[in-house]
Amino acid sequence: MPQYILKRVLYMIPTLFGLSLIAFMIIQLPPGDYVTSMIASMQDSGANVDPRQVERLREIYGFNDPIWLQYLKWIGGILTRGDFGYSFEWNRPVADLIWERMGSTLAISVAALLFVWAVALPIGIYSAVRRHSVGDYVFTFIGFIGLAVPNFILALALMYMSYRYFGQSVGGLFSPEYVDAPWSWGKFVDLLAHLWIPIIVIGTSGTAAMIRVIRANLSDELRKPYVITAKAKGLPEHKVVIKYPLRIALNPFVSAIGWVLPELVSGVTITAIVLNLPTAGPLLLRALISQDMYLAGSFILLMGVLTLVGMLISDLLLALLDPRIRFT
Amino acid sequence: MTAHTFIDGAPETGPAVTPIKPRHQTAHVEVAGQWTLIWHKFARNKLALASGIVIIVMALIGLFAEFLAPALPDASRPQFTNAPPQQLRFFVTNEDGTSSFQPHVTGYTMEVDQASLRRTYVADESVVVPVGFFVQGPAYKMWGFIPTDRHLLGPINASDTMYLLGTDRLGRDLLSRVIYGTRISMSIGLLGVIISLCLGVTLGSLAGFYGGIVDTLIARVIEVISSMPTIPLWLGLAAAIPLTWSPLTVYFVITLIVSLFGWTGLAREVRGRFYSLRGEDFVTAAKLDGSSERRVIFRHILPSLTSHILAVVTLALPTMIVAETALSFLGIGLKAPIVSWGVLLQEAQNVRTIANAPWQLVWPAGAVVITVLAYNFLGDGMRDAADPYES
Repeated sequence: MPQYILKRVLYMIPTLFGLSLIAFMIIQLPPGDYVTSMIASMQDSGANVDPRQVERLREIYGFNDPIWLQYLKWIGGILTRGDFGYSFEWNRPVADLIWERMGSTLAISVAALLFVWAVALPIGIYSAVRRHSVGDYVFTFIGFIGLAVPNFILALALMYMSYRYFGQSVGGLFSPEYVDAPWSWGKFVDLLAHLWIPIIVIGTSGTAAMIRVIRANLSDELRKPYVITAKAKGLPEHKVVIKYPLRIALNPFVSAIGWVLPELVSGVTITAIVLNLPTAGPLLLRALISQDMYLAGSFILLMGVLTLVGMLISDLLLALLDPRIRFT
Repeated sequence: MTAHTFIDGAPETGPAVTPIKPRHQTAHVEVAGQWTLIWHKFARNKLALASGIVIIVMALIGLFAEFLAPALPDASRPQFTNAPPQQLRFFVTNEDGTSSFQPHVTGYTMEVDQASLRRTYVADESVVVPVGFFVQGPAYKMWGFIPTDRHLLGPINASDTMYLLGTDRLGRDLLSRVIYGTRISMSIGLLGVIISLCLGVTLGSLAGFYGGIVDTLIARVIEVISSMPTIPLWLGLAAAIPLTWSPLTVYFVITLIVSLFGWTGLAREVRGRFYSLRGEDFVTAAKLDGSSERRVIFRHILPSLTSHILAVVTLALPTMIVAETALSFLGIGLKAPIVSWGVLLQEAQNVRTIANAPWQLVWPAGAVVITVLAYNFLGDGMRDAADPYES
């Protein structure tokens, strides 16, 4: 097992490297750099710009270095000092801005993942055991709708419905009176009242996909001879299902974190923009539009790291569950 | 079947029992080619078949957008902003109580709310706006080069209003905009999938055919790309598009961005299939016959994958469409004057608009959902039909 963990962690390094390259590429993509746009805005406001001062600014920010040196400085700063660069729009270090937002992104993603599991498991089992029953068809149909409706459209629709029928203030995580209030029971209840929309919106497509996975795996397993033997010997049905077949069918359930998590993080991003949640999404969009590239690049990097760590955890869990994996 | 000869010499004249099934029908299945078999299997799946028809209809709507749309997508009437949908009816009641056939829509009366000064429109049953088929309306150029002014459906008097799906905040006909949006949204998915197809098939077959270091490298790249949350990446790339670029360039760049992350699933599928086919007898035979590597890949292996690739491509299409819609919705994808479903949804971004004019959310969103659903059902049906081992 320790060997497997070591191998798995080492495998992550090239992936992380590729991820950082992509994030850096996105930082570098927009034409011009921050100094160019700063000069433009200074000239707009009538200030006289001294070319020597411009040169000095470029030197300070390191824009004159070759591109690989800029990358090394950037990634070196992150790795050694936790320095993600400087947000030009907010005039603060990026590191000050991102952690809180990444925390709420993580929290909502994990909550959505739990929702996916909690809903998909019973429905998946039901659909597999009672294949081609009315309930199975109903869930399959709902599942297809869940897969087909893009997150943000679902968010808009739910927002409209909750506005129309419940008269609830939607968007954000708290009602206005609780935003700056200290934590209390009332604030917690208020949080839950707001949280259900994003969780449902983000979790629906993952849930639908997960139900299909469980249904397929479990019904394959249920056809195997040992299950038939168990049934023939008179074992009650819930035992026949839960004792062995379900355990085996659960493996893809765990490994699914690997492909559900990127989807969830993606979903959190766009849903948060629509519902105006205080996660990384809205800040990322704003940073991209104003070309505050260090902030944007750091968000993209961290979201990638978040999913990679999730995949690592899912692989390790799977190895723990299924000995066949760690010995090959 | 050869006639058996018994030892005593009496020849068997025929079967003792006449077979119930006529012989020619089984022969029909036995000689059917791969594609015929796939088609038979596919046609049994009614849902997939219906979805295929929906897709074809959507494609036709996109193709003949100019003719099908009653108005031009950018023609606005400031006096009819956020007007609700008008209902199409076919019979009018005459003064003497008889009813006669006359397609029409009911007109509007405008009410101004004195407190908010907001104009609201109410359908007025007494005003009849006659509409007709193949009417003359605003002039356009079909596919950009055939000048004409015929529209499939429209008000007979061109100055009348016919807003079957309502209007947006500038008084533009939503039906026409959704129809024009169909062209952009459907084609961007198709174009994106073609790019993904080239990337995915090339890299996937390279990895699967050669194995070794090439395979490891490509597999790593696939892993990196598919482990990343796509929406932040799309956002990052799309935001870098300079505002000064022409709408057409933006259209192609968005297509490229969308397909840049869509090829991994296809490549993985192709790679896996190549792996399993590499050792098959027909591949070995082709190699022993002295076929070049290119010939083995393109003549022998790829054709046997076509049906699978088609299915995967169909399942990848909705992802592309949703990606474009999401980007345009966020305001960093396609922008006006281009009309796509995402651009239309951008108008319905806040609760107030949706509460005042829900049709602005319902119809573009409905178009997206129906298309995505249809592609999913179609792709599922094709995948099942392409798999010879599952009944």
